[in-house]
Amino acid sequence: MLRIKPDQKQRVTLTVNGKLVSGYAQPRLLLTDFLRHEMGMYGTHVGCEHGVCGACTIIIDDVATRSCLRYAVQCDGLELRTVEGLAEPDGKLNTLQKAFNENGALQCGFCTAGILMSATKFLQDNPKPDRDEIKEMLSGHICRCTGYEQIVRAIFQASGQ
Amino acid sequence: MKPVAFEYCRPDTLEEVMELLTEFGGDASIISGGVSLGAMLNMRLVRPKALIDINHVLELGNVEFDDATAITGALVRQAAAQKMTSLMSGVPLLAMSLPWVGHYQTKSRGTLGGSVAHADPSAEIPLTLVTLGGSVTLRSPSGVREVAARDFFHGLLTTDRRPDELITALNWPLRRASTAYAFEEIAQRHGDFAITAVAAEATVAIDGTLANVSFGLGGVEDHPIVADTAEFIGRPATRDTAKEIAEVVADIVDPMVDLQANADYRRQLVRVLGSRVLSSAFNEASAVREAA
Ligand code: FES
Ligand code: FES
Repeated sequence: MLRIKPDQKQRVTLTVNGKLVSGYAQPRLLLTDFLRHEMGMYGTHVGCEHGVCGACTIIIDDVATRSCLRYAVQCDGLELRTVEGLAEPDGKLNTLQKAFNENGALQCGFCTAGILMSATKFLQDNPKPDRDEIKEMLSGHICRCTGYEQIVRAIFQASGQ
Repeated sequence: MKPVAFEYCRPDTLEEVMELLTEFGGDASIISGGVSLGAMLNMRLVRPKALIDINHVLELGNVEFDDATAITGALVRQAAAQKMTSLMSGVPLLAMSLPWVGHYQTKSRGTLGGSVAHADPSAEIPLTLVTLGGSVTLRSPSGVREVAARDFFHGLLTTDRRPDELITALNWPLRRASTAYAFEEIAQRHGDFAITAVAAEATVAIDGTLANVSFGLGGVEDHPIVADTAEFIGRPATRDTAKEIAEVVADIVDPMVDLQANADYRRQLVRVLGSRVLSSAFNEASAVREAA
């Protein structure tokens, strides 16, 4: 059994976008804060910190899920994918990102990192979704700018339909 | 929006969970998916001394069946349950209610047991368990007990679970003969907690009358309830009966009032959605009866 005292800093090692990284976390440190403040990876955004807005969504062990509802110490040894890992190695936007760009699927971009990660996993599970399925998946995100329609269009386009 | 400092404990076996519950009792919070508890922790609505993370207790992730029951371990995730055909066909009401639960990104992690432990009055999973007459298995250092779901939920986020108990499993009655089910709700956005959710189970006798009705209501009172429908047993399984039940029940419930809806609106939802699910269950059960 693993036990970590409240003020103890535990070493946490995980794979983020294929790279092994590690840092220290007290039990109460949110995974989002670990990524942003310990790892300096600011791509993952934080909105509500209670699971409602979706901004912090990343892929953990192949599951799209909220990183604000996870504590870093829970994630030792796990494999994470974040928005920083989406672009091609030469820095070019990937298909999904390009579709967001072309469809005006973001304005301020606050919600975008989370939606991109949800959509990445969602398209992996369901490569040819219909618009209703996309909307249902999107119901787990809040976007204050776009009105969602452009996001639906972008995901639909990225699915090659 | 950051939790209080707590000790993190990650047991690998049920015995270790029991040791921790002996040590901490009510000073510990038990976390599975963390979809509800994570929010409570981050908002400091709960301030535990220790967080017991049961995600590594693999035996809690099993689904088993006996003649009349599906037994889902506390760690069965909502999305995984929905993909399990044997469970969905065995417990049709759960198959109908799960699509209303949460979002793609929360169901992937949230568990059936966690929703029951959290006991939000409008949550779909507790309502489903109560409507079907299922039960909750709890384990403490001093033993195991099973509590009927109808006795388990006491009020807003309050259950029969004692501080030193862990929910180990939920017990879902399997589909019964000549019986049909229906589920509906109204929420602000699909996947949000329901303003009002209704569930129905109906069994129709050979002569087309009601042999059994269970009419469950979520988001109406401070915990999920099953309306008293005894006076309607033996009545014809028709749309008129459905409407009458919903109307009678809407008048006797004592609805919550919150920012989303007042009591009148909730009563109206009980009437409208209630008569819809009841008549759908009656129709379907009559059809199953005739086919049999
Ligand atoms: S920050 Fe995680 S859901 Fe809003
Ligand atoms: S682009 Fe601004 S919140 Fe979505």
